[in-house]
Amino acid sequence: MATVRVVLPYHLYTLARCEAELALDIAGPVTLRTVLDTLEAAYPPLAGAVRDRATGQRRPLIRFYACQDDCSNLAMDAPLPDAVATGREPLVVVGAIAGG
Amino acid sequence: MPRIRVLVGTRKGAFILTSDAHRRDWQVSGPHFGGWEIFHIAGSPANPDRLYASQSSSWFGQVIQRSDDGGITWNPVGNDFSYVGDPGTHLHYDGTSRPWAFKRVWHLEPSPSDPDTVYAGVEDAALFRSTDGGQSWQELPGLREQQGAKWMPGAGGMCLHTILLDPVNPARLYVAISAAGAFRSDDGGASWKPINRGLHSQYIPDPEAEIGHCVHRIAQHPARPETLFMQKHWDVMRSDDAGESWFEVSGNLPSDFGFAMAVHAHDPDTVYVVPIQSDSEHYPPEGRLRVYRSKKGGNDWDALTDGLPQQHCYVNVLRDAMAVDALDPCGVYFGTTGGQVYVSADAGDHWQAIVRDLPAVLSVSVQTLP
Repeated sequence: MATVRVVLPYHLYTLARCEAELALDIAGPVTLRTVLDTLEAAYPPLAGAVRDRATGQRRPLIRFYACQDDCSNLAMDAPLPDAVATGREPLVVVGAIAGG
Repeated sequence: MPRIRVLVGTRKGAFILTSDAHRRDWQVSGPHFGGWEIFHIAGSPANPDRLYASQSSSWFGQVIQRSDDGGITWNPVGNDFSYVGDPGTHLHYDGTSRPWAFKRVWHLEPSPSDPDTVYAGVEDAALFRSTDGGQSWQELPGLREQQGAKWMPGAGGMCLHTILLDPVNPARLYVAISAAGAFRSDDGGASWKPINRGLHSQYIPDPEAEIGHCVHRIAQHPARPETLFMQKHWDVMRSDDAGESWFEVSGNLPSDFGFAMAVHAHDPDTVYVVPIQSDSEHYPPEGRLRVYRSKKGGNDWDALTDGLPQQHCYVNVLRDAMAVDALDPCGVYFGTTGGQVYVSADAGDHWQAIVRDLPAVLSVSVQTLP
């Protein structure tokens, strides 16, 4: 069981009524899919807000950053960096800088 | 004394405006859901404290919020708007076919008799219904069977924006879609038929086609439900046979382009529209914000200007941004893309701004509370 830190943008943590940074216990491999599955199970209002409901893919204006890298285009089942899996670094969910 | 609650959806949140029956002094609550687009908020006629709000964002998608205390507190409910089966494709602006994809909820229409039943009109156009207070949503797919592959977006997207639940016949529903047209169901939403005979639209290859008209709004009076009024992309239309046929009632309007429309609460022949210069210039003719009222069911229109800006006004009034209350005299309300919400407490003769500096107003609905 890994404890993964996830940082949410303002609109998502206010929607979920949670803290901006969460600690999620992940069973099995630490991937975008397992982290997001756990996040949505713990905070149901976030279902559809990060991943498109129909496709299961990242919404176009959502980005994922970790360890100062852009993980947005990682495959959903690819392992996240060890520093994320061990909780030393957070997975940061970002609303893309677009529009106003 | 009755009270009035005005539910305002804007580009950056929701606002709730309340007053006593004089409709002179207003309290403003909000923003609720600050920073989110609130396409529509609607109250249940069966339980006025039950409100539904469509909250959306290009970043974070669709949320439906529900309040059970008149908008003091809210909770997110279901946001899974999955089409039934493979929805196939519809036409795009350029004539190509695109897959159907859910984008947002434009309009919420609560049942007049059951607070837990509410309809949602969505983009890409379809009609959904919830019977559990918004926790889950089921599409009524018979609507898309009406030549859905030929529907195409209007400038705002391919949206189902108008839902009328017939006040006499519970099995009868009307919807309107930009740009597909108007449709009617006589079996509770299971099957549908296009009701666009008499519409003439020069922006489609066959101006009198059964499908493809950009209907902006339909309005109805509960005492005469077979009479419908329509603000089309161009033309103000009327039907006296539940949409089987339409005829134009634009009459002496300075422009018959527009979006918003409402019918007086107590007089089925009194109709309100807000003419807009053109589809290329989304502002009032001559920079003068005028509501036009017909007391004869159309054709003969009078400009209502007292209290409205009559120079340098270049706002728009969107399709869901006009409503009436049920008091006597009837109150009329509308919101603008400039952030003003206006009220007339005397059926349109005089106007005052309730608020002037909100974000662009997307929708206005009104509850008359006991």
